[in-house]
Amino acid sequence: MKRVALYAAALGFVVFAGFPFYWMLITAFKQNRDLYVGASDSGHIPWIFNDPPTLEHVKLLLGQTDFPRWVLNTLVVVVAVVVITVAVAVPAGYSLARLVGRWGERLGMGIFFTYLIPPTLLFVPFSRLVSLLGLQDSLGALILIYPTITIPFCTWLVMGFLRSVPWDIEEQAMIDGLSRLAVILKVAPRLIVPGILTVVVFTFTLVLQEFVYALTFISSVDKMTVSLGVPIALVRGDVYHWGALMAAALFTSIPLAIVYNAFMDRFIQGFTMGAVKG
Amino acid sequence: MAGIEVRNLRKHFGDLHAVDGVNLSIRDGEFLVLLGSSGSGKTTLLRMIAGLERPTSGEIHIGDQRVDGDVPPRARGIAMVFQSYALYPHRTVFQNIAFPLEASRTPRKQIEEKVRWAADMFSISRYLDRYPRQLSGGERQRVALCRALVRDPKVFLLDEPLANLDAKLRNTARDDLKRFQRQIQTTTVYVTHDQVEAMGLGDRIVVMERGKVRQIGTPQEVYEDPVDTFVATFVGQPPMNLLEARDPALPVRTLLGFRPEHFLPRSVFGPSDDTRPFRFAVRRVEYLGSDRYVYGSVVEAGAAPADVTIIAKLPATIALPIPEGETHEFAVPRRALRYFDADTGLKRPP
Repeated sequence: MKRVALYAAALGFVVFAGFPFYWMLITAFKQNRDLYVGASDSGHIPWIFNDPPTLEHVKLLLGQTDFPRWVLNTLVVVVAVVVITVAVAVPAGYSLARLVGRWGERLGMGIFFTYLIPPTLLFVPFSRLVSLLGLQDSLGALILIYPTITIPFCTWLVMGFLRSVPWDIEEQAMIDGLSRLAVILKVAPRLIVPGILTVVVFTFTLVLQEFVYALTFISSVDKMTVSLGVPIALVRGDVYHWGALMAAALFTSIPLAIVYNAFMDRFIQGFTMGAVKG
Repeated sequence: MAGIEVRNLRKHFGDLHAVDGVNLSIRDGEFLVLLGSSGSGKTTLLRMIAGLERPTSGEIHIGDQRVDGDVPPRARGIAMVFQSYALYPHRTVFQNIAFPLEASRTPRKQIEEKVRWAADMFSISRYLDRYPRQLSGGERQRVALCRALVRDPKVFLLDEPLANLDAKLRNTARDDLKRFQRQIQTTTVYVTHDQVEAMGLGDRIVVMERGKVRQIGTPQEVYEDPVDTFVATFVGQPPMNLLEARDPALPVRTLLGFRPEHFLPRSVFGPSDDTRPFRFAVRRVEYLGSDRYVYGSVVEAGAAPADVTIIAKLPATIALPIPEGETHEFAVPRRALRYFDADTGLKRPP
């Protein structure tokens, strides 16, 4: 009886999580007639293929827009921003959590608050900065600006994470003969891996979905990221190319979902297990 | 090989005086136990000796080196075992034990030899290729000790290393630890809140409370001759009985103290024994196999019965029936009586 309830609950979650993917999938491969007839025909069943599937939306997306280019641009920005964020936020979070005592917490809160400033307030100074550096309409503008959001938040994230990691192992390493610097370089990174992964995931997600800054600073179609290019190219006036839009969403979200599921479980488990207590 | 000198050591965290003027002189090769409840400052004191915490003021000398300034932990010639064992999770047992040797750039071959020697000593040679998460608590603890041993430290610092073991294992681990320390003769400072561990392991015990040292002495001294009521009730299980003395021969406000095992039925004593009799209203008897604990209160002639619970600990060799709810004649040998000032708690000469 308990099992039945458990499986029923699990099934509920599966349906809840899987439905958007299913909807994207069928929409991406439905013929236009099948997609748009629903409103006028009460006998029409929306969640199955009423007409044979078609590849025309995929062809539209890949052939008539710069979608592959946008994917490439997004990857460039994501990798650059992830590298910058990890390089800054991890050491910052570490030192705030471990080295500065009582001031660390206040400074950490202060850094977190900068994350709460809405982007709409920052357009003006940012556009001055971007044009000053000659980065208008280039991926460089995004690589410069995204870390202003990711670094404060991730610094705070790493700080919080480190508070759950006991000091013992680092102190033990200092007693075992390492200097503080050597501990930071040799011992600490292995202990922070789950925290770093969280930073990577957060940064990845944020950059992938960011729209407002991209819209402001990028105008050429071949410089756009996925989150900007897709709505601009496939929403024309009040005409939504639903099939192609869903195909684009599908192509970006499926690999992501797979990567998340595979990575997170494997990395987070077992890293600190066995080190401290049972 | 070195002793440790601690002079007037203080550590303040804001308003909290975690360690409040401690003086200690630890002899070369001694096994010294810091005993106290949590918050007594014992761990902070140990961490200052290790160099993980910087003293607010005071001096620490290890051997003939003064270390309280900027001497980092690695330069103090110490080894430490944490309560959590703090094993490196991504290193095998071998690599864990080899870590301090690698840090000091010991030649490969020598590392190999030393690790094997230490692992043999604690019989964990079979586990050298395993990871910490694959070991039981007792095995992890021995790995941590091995890692401390290979450093050839001048001083061992142990922070409750047995606290995470289950009760059965703790006895054997205690025995192993003591034998091992006798064998290598290295000065050891051991922190614990468990008085059984403290009594069993320590050459001397330092009883700490709220950042201050209450008493330093051999287990016997601390147990038999506590300097104040705190030590008297902190050490010993069940604790020393304390009772207001209504005795005109004694100064006013004097507390009588006696251990539960000295508080026995009067018939047990011979006529020649010099004892102090008590009338003992027995409330409850607890049968524990090797002992019986008898709970009750002392009834003094001409006074309302005190509501202080007094405990008698009768060994199984005394088979005398003690019915509950009745008043019995009990007594304490006079040489086992201790006297304390009821206001200051300090010991009074008899």
